[in-house]
Amino acid sequence: MKKIEVEHLNLWYADFHALHDNTMSIREKIITSLIGPSGCGKSTLLRCLNRMNDLIEGVRIEGSVKIDGEDIYQMKSGLTALRKKIGMVFQRPNPFPLSIYENIAFGPKVHHMAKAGELDGIVEESLKAVHLWGELKDKLGKSALGLSLEQKQRLCIARLVAVKSEVLLMDEPCSALDPLATLKIEELMRYLKTDFTIVIVTHNMQQAARVSDETGFMLLGELVEFGRTTDIFTRPKDKRTEDYITGRYG
Amino acid sequence: MANLRKVKEFIIEKLIFTSGIASIVFVALIFIFLLAEGISVLRYVSLGSFIGGQFWYPISDPPKFGILPLILGSLLVTAGAIAMAVPLGIAAAFYIADVAPVKLRNLLKSCVEILSAIPSVVLGFLGIVILVPFLKHFLHLPTGLTALAGSIMLAFMALPTIISISEDAINAVPREYKEGAIALGATHWQTLTRVIIHGALPGIIAASMLGIGRVFGETMAVMMVTGNAAVIPTGLLQPVRTLTATIAAEMGEAAKGSPHYFALFAIGIVLFVISFLINLTADFLLHRGKNR
Repeated sequence: MKKIEVEHLNLWYADFHALHDNTMSIREKIITSLIGPSGCGKSTLLRCLNRMNDLIEGVRIEGSVKIDGEDIYQMKSGLTALRKKIGMVFQRPNPFPLSIYENIAFGPKVHHMAKAGELDGIVEESLKAVHLWGELKDKLGKSALGLSLEQKQRLCIARLVAVKSEVLLMDEPCSALDPLATLKIEELMRYLKTDFTIVIVTHNMQQAARVSDETGFMLLGELVEFGRTTDIFTRPKDKRTEDYITGRYG
Repeated sequence: MANLRKVKEFIIEKLIFTSGIASIVFVALIFIFLLAEGISVLRYVSLGSFIGGQFWYPISDPPKFGILPLILGSLLVTAGAIAMAVPLGIAAAFYIADVAPVKLRNLLKSCVEILSAIPSVVLGFLGIVILVPFLKHFLHLPTGLTALAGSIMLAFMALPTIISISEDAINAVPREYKEGAIALGATHWQTLTRVIIHGALPGIIAASMLGIGRVFGETMAVMMVTGNAAVIPTGLLQPVRTLTATIAAEMGEAAKGSPHYFALFAIGIVLFVISFLINLTADFLLHRGKNR
């Protein structure tokens, strides 16, 4: 099942042509990774999928991004519903300056998803889904800013579980974490892919190889190659992909 | 040659040291002078009847030095000003920092700066000519020279402080919070009221406290529009007199070394202490915000 279809997507930041005619389709409930050197446009591409680029002034986008068959750049309304469905995890874990409980409850509250009395259950389930419930169940009222980086990142994922996101966009979710925490987050991703479609941007090739089922390699705004992760890493079709994964690129 | 350079270094070092230490010395000297002059009032009146006395008749015989009406006058005018300036200022800060398009933002910021550059006597002048007759006419008062007029004038003076410091606090909220909330599907308004405000709150409180401090110590604009009647106020629509206006109006005519003269210095101490407490609170809140 195709979840996301990107077709002939071009993006300009004012005069800078950041994405060149990207086309790819992302399958449901697998992990897809986007790799490439810094500045190649992988984060930009990721941010096209939930229209976070809309926040930047001077951005121009052509082409289409279809999610469940609907072009998200043609729809007139429902931007908040889109972002609820397509959740995002950021490079720096960004829990709100609120309590752990309120961090999880934030999404269901702004989307009016929970009746009075249901919130406790949602918070518990969401924290269980990211394996935080055991550690945090007795300090739900504490500020989320006091957690470790790994816990914060899990909490941010739990926020998306709470609003029942279908897609998780992860923008270098482990680059602020130490190696051990990184492995744990990867383990969590594998566990979550039974319920979520995950797209991860990473500059860490080993991570892409370890965790993802399909991989796209980007260079200078161009999606050079897209395919099964094992193929990309063992039998790359494009010379540039081969150079990059063998470490011969720049 | 080397010696000359050493001497030069030494002199410069000491000069900088003196400049740095000067502010401490000045504060200490001012405080000591104020205290020495003001404390003498206790020879004529007890502390309780100075602070708590209801009548301020400094030149009748025998004189009465009760500053309660003045303290209440100052507090009332300040409270009125803050009730107007704080909500308006915070809302304006949010608009400038987070809502306004870039061009309008820059224009608004310059306007706020210009507002802060208007001398208080000019504001007071506008108050007398425009605001006071307007209030008298509009509210059918015997006189427009009221605490309300003072509060409105002071609200104008507190606004620039409150807006610019709150705006800094809002801008200092990490961008990640905003992105996180937007990416979760929150609307702009929800992001503002449920996330950003939590990050900016200590700074906003500090901004309000600094605004209060500014208002409380203001003299000229208030003196010109409040009517200066030293009676215990019962509402915003009466003439009142503030601590600051009392000193400014009477210092010229108080004979040096007279009880009246000492009493005015004692009012200075009271002002100093209250302002100091306000600033201290603001400072505390600002630092708490930074350490979090």
